[in-house]
Amino acid sequence: MTEEKHILTMLVDNEPGVLSRIVGLFSGRGFNIESLCVAETIDPKVSRITIVTKANEPLVEQIEKQLRKLINVIKLRDLTGSGSVQREMALICVRAKLENRDEILRMVDIFRCKVVDVGPEYYIIEATGTEEKMKALVNLLKPMGIKKIARTGTIALFREPH
Amino acid sequence: MKLTGAQILMEVLKEEGVNSIFGFPGGATIDIHDNLEKTDLRHYLVRHEQGAVHAADGYARVTGKVGVCLVTSGPGATNAVTGVATAYMDSIPMVIISGQVPTHLIGNDAFQEVDIVGITRPCTKHNYLVPSVEELPRILKEAFHIARSGRPGPVLVDIPKNVQQATTNFKPKQKVKLKSYNPTYKPNSKQLRKVVDLIMTAKRPMIFAGGGVILSKGAEELTKLARSTKIPVTMSLMGLGGFPGSDPLSLGMIGMHGTYRANMSTGKCDLLIGIGVRFDDRVTGKTDCFAAQAEIVHIDIDPTSIRKNVPVSIPVVGDCKSSLEVINNYLAEEDLEKLTANRGPWLDQIEQWKQNFKLAYTQEEEIKPQYVVEKLYELTRGEAIITTEVGQNQMWAAQFYHFDRPGHFVTSGGLGTMGFGLPAAIGAQVAFPDALVVDVAGDGSIQMNIQEMATAVQYKLPVKVVILNNCYLGMVRQWQELFYDKRYACTCMDHAPDFVKLAEAFGAVGLRATRPEEVEDVLRQGLETPGPVIMDFRVTKEEGVYPMVPAGAPITEMLLV
Repeated sequence: MTEEKHILTMLVDNEPGVLSRIVGLFSGRGFNIESLCVAETIDPKVSRITIVTKANEPLVEQIEKQLRKLINVIKLRDLTGSGSVQREMALICVRAKLENRDEILRMVDIFRCKVVDVGPEYYIIEATGTEEKMKALVNLLKPMGIKKIARTGTIALFREPH
Repeated sequence: MKLTGAQILMEVLKEEGVNSIFGFPGGATIDIHDNLEKTDLRHYLVRHEQGAVHAADGYARVTGKVGVCLVTSGPGATNAVTGVATAYMDSIPMVIISGQVPTHLIGNDAFQEVDIVGITRPCTKHNYLVPSVEELPRILKEAFHIARSGRPGPVLVDIPKNVQQATTNFKPKQKVKLKSYNPTYKPNSKQLRKVVDLIMTAKRPMIFAGGGVILSKGAEELTKLARSTKIPVTMSLMGLGGFPGSDPLSLGMIGMHGTYRANMSTGKCDLLIGIGVRFDDRVTGKTDCFAAQAEIVHIDIDPTSIRKNVPVSIPVVGDCKSSLEVINNYLAEEDLEKLTANRGPWLDQIEQWKQNFKLAYTQEEEIKPQYVVEKLYELTRGEAIITTEVGQNQMWAAQFYHFDRPGHFVTSGGLGTMGFGLPAAIGAQVAFPDALVVDVAGDGSIQMNIQEMATAVQYKLPVKVVILNNCYLGMVRQWQELFYDKRYACTCMDHAPDFVKLAEAFGAVGLRATRPEEVEDVLRQGLETPGPVIMDFRVTKEEGVYPMVPAGAPITEMLLV
């Protein structure tokens, strides 16, 4: 059975130890985490966690069931596919030698990024988009020399019905 | 009403119908123990915290109520972990109260501090560190609710010492409100209709019943279903007693040491109805070959159990008892005479398997362990509460003692915890002071919690311990015999204590049998003696448990002798 990427989003009680329960479940049962995002929602008692995992169909079913079984998981959805909007953000510190500066700025323009810090030999670029877009951008910047990168991992929301 | 945290705990324990607690005090529980003394709650002082948890576990298994134990912080709590994991694996309702260092010391590596909530997260159904006395009543109510509802399990509540001492306004009988926790009790009746349709058309159906039947108190409905449709029933280790073992439709236990007919039936059946089971690896053997010709129905209250290990044709999430009731109601409208009239060939086949290989042993000069269990069954007329340790003793008890009612077989199935039987027997005896409670033990595992004999003697709990003493860690030795060219590495235990003298040292009675003709007398005398008794049976050293399915093999491929 083929493994596919799944974006699981869940609302959880915003309490100490909840993230540890979820992460512990993944490590204890040998599930995989590709990325993980956590932050408070509008309701300060509730946080949203988004986990990207790679698994085959029966395993994803098991992961979802195990997560739902946790007392602190209020609601869980699989946001894989076109029914949802998915984004991640990256901060990329790229080496910017004189001969490359124009090329980098062109790419920032094409990928609709922003330069958020400038130095004599570097730019820090803020980029958002789908995971594919991030990968494409990183691939194009690599030859110039990426000094550092920080990525958030995917977050996603279901599209509201029209 | 202004109460301290420790007093609130007493109030909630009373509200929840608790009357017995198993525990061991320490610096972080003094306030609680101090208040316990002022109530009607009975506290049983064990000799090791693992014993407290197993005793609460044994109490819960025979009563169906939530078992409660109380341990101190640090080593008290870590000693309890094996017991907590044992209860978790077997879905036993339990609340573990642990003392914790005061909140301002948490995280400071304080004396006797350990992050027990972190440690027990993967082996509890849920757990709590109580941050303040204001939160305590809600958390305690939730803990009992979670422990006993849905698929039951242990819930740990860690209470810092200053929370026990702080006061707050206590409102009695608070309602539990948990928005994210709603176990599905009511099964989907459309799914169950499909199950009934399969029952009506199947030629070789069988039922596979597990601990869920016992936990949901569904044994009666199961028996009704099996008898009205003449469907044979096999049980997991945890399911023994869920269907009468002496009924002709009983196939006995399934799995690695299951009966020949039970294992062969799964290979040939065309419908397998799993109820309250989780298709554990000790049951299925090689999963690809398990019930390969059958449509599999799986009824369980825990959705994660379904399709975890085996593919299922009809999944049903719901309470076992309620599901069985719905099935029986549907069946009441069907032509069952016609259905059961065609059952002949299948039951004949099973009878033939039964004749081909019976659970048996050859009587020799020495005492056979199976003979001891068989005699125990006869002398107690199958009515004793049997607890076991883990290993060969456990399997022989499961094979040769036939359980006709639920709540009479208390064994660590999932975790396989040696040292479980004696403290569990103590818990069962506390629940039913007049019942005959017997721990079937091995010489290896009895030594793991033998200190609890002192508890039994102190509280005059007349538990009987039957040691099948072969001077080996017998189950591992059996694997070494079969799969490691008889290299008995580290399994020989020829330096055991003299169990008769040991019993006497504890203030109990010790008896011994070394020859087969002494077995019955020693058993009779031991069972009739008031107070705790240890009976030491010197059995054949290298006896094996058979049938045996090698780990990972299909369960129809058994080693028979």
